[in-house]
Amino acid sequence: MQCDVCQAKEATVFLTQIVDGKMQKVNLCEACSKEKGVNDPTGFALADLLMGLGAAQEIEKSPGALKCPVCGFTQADFKKTGRLGCSACYGVFAGALSSMLKNMHKGTSHTGKAPAALQERRERGERLRELQDNLHSAVAAEEYERAADLRDQIRRIEAGSAA
Amino acid sequence: MKFSRIIASSGEWLSGDGPHRNIVVSSRVRLARNLREKPFPGWAKKAERLDVMRLVKDAVENLPEMADSYSENLEALSPLEKQVLVERHLISREHAAKGVGSAVVMNAPQTLSVMINEEDHLRMQAICCGLQLSKVFGMIDRVDSELESLLDYAFDSSLGYLTACPTNVGTGMRASAMLHLPGLVMSEQINKIVNSVNKIGLAVRGLHGEGTEAIGNLFQVSNQTTLGETEEEIIGRLNRVIEQILEHEHNARATLAQRKAITLHDQIGRAYGILSHAYSMSSKEALNLLSVIKLGVDLGVFPESARFPVDELFIETQPAHLQKGAGTQKMSADERDSLRAAIIRAKLQNVQVPDIARLKEKTPEPEPEDHDE
Repeated sequence: MQCDVCQAKEATVFLTQIVDGKMQKVNLCEACSKEKGVNDPTGFALADLLMGLGAAQEIEKSPGALKCPVCGFTQADFKKTGRLGCSACYGVFAGALSSMLKNMHKGTSHTGKAPAALQERRERGERLRELQDNLHSAVAAEEYERAADLRDQIRRIEAGSAA
Repeated sequence: MKFSRIIASSGEWLSGDGPHRNIVVSSRVRLARNLREKPFPGWAKKAERLDVMRLVKDAVENLPEMADSYSENLEALSPLEKQVLVERHLISREHAAKGVGSAVVMNAPQTLSVMINEEDHLRMQAICCGLQLSKVFGMIDRVDSELESLLDYAFDSSLGYLTACPTNVGTGMRASAMLHLPGLVMSEQINKIVNSVNKIGLAVRGLHGEGTEAIGNLFQVSNQTTLGETEEEIIGRLNRVIEQILEHEHNARATLAQRKAITLHDQIGRAYGILSHAYSMSSKEALNLLSVIKLGVDLGVFPESARFPVDELFIETQPAHLQKGAGTQKMSADERDSLRAAIIRAKLQNVQVPDIARLKEKTPEPEPEDHDE
């Protein structure tokens, strides 16, 4: 069996780790296992290693030579460094990144802090969607008085965001 | 503020107080932030890095939290000064390797520090003594909220804060606690604990983070994932795991004191003997022996007054601190080892010989549950 890192030497170190119920396996040759600090269990997390490998493999799958129009970063650069070029790269390499992020993290979408200005917009958007859903159901149920009231509320919120 | 003033005081996280501080040396929360559509530091050209640095540094220096701050471009710091900051956990080893186009800003008590153009445009951290991750997060969250109105952050409504490395995307947060776990090491349970913590998606690392050796029985526990959970959820999960580790550590100490009392007495006595009589001591040996003395203080074998001097030695005996304290030209490793031994001998003169009888009186009991959660 070949080493997963250098793809050249015979693998002699076999690691298995279970993260969140998912089994991850990695096979390494002696030189690569030393380099990755596998001999020192305290300084080593299999996930780190797998993330690095995963990144390179995922990006290889994406078709054509993608290049970020903002910073000029290419998929070859990503493969080499495991880092991205700028914030716009997340859009450019979205296809390859999405499955990688799924393996790497607990979820695929952000639920934590957002800059306050964005947070307000996010909340207003949610409130609008809710009101519009209610409006549709009110119209469908021929509750026109309630519908008119909902329409006014929606207008007020929209006017607020334009101001 | 001058660098010499940073050197002179030891930083609040070392001398301060906090819940579970006997075992939890420090709590730290770091946030990674970037500017929209500006190349990340690792990809940016020098001119672009300098532009971002000026912009960010200006915003950070003018924060009310940074009213009395130390701010410096990295090329203006000597390798030794950078290493001092690394040893105090104020900048990362990666940041210390940077030069033109990178900077660091920190407040006077050394509880807040902002690395500019490390792997991300901003890496800001708060650090405090003891287990108080929520409080520490609150400190750095405030700084972040102030900066977001001044800087155009790279944020995506579905991916969160965008970072140079996809492993940090989302919250961009790494929360960690430094734990002193001699009981689990001596009772050979530490590998079991490390493995089970790794299994639930948290990382356990050595003294200086990724890829470093666990010396002095010091271990850093931190979150591994940053996307799909809120900051509070991540901290809550980390807190629960740390509390369990603390319980195991207390149990291990109690068991050692009861069943392996002689081994424990012997280790403490030898550590004290070597530290107070050695004339040459490596950094690693010093940390490993000081760890045993620290355990002795926790167990009541040394008076409580010995705690601060011993904690201080953990930092003061690190290579760059020694060199800086000596104020001479570059010392050789042998000279450092001999100076280190001298500093330890001097400090331990004020610490009386271990009173093993007191260990028997005092059965270690869990600390009261009064932290910030």
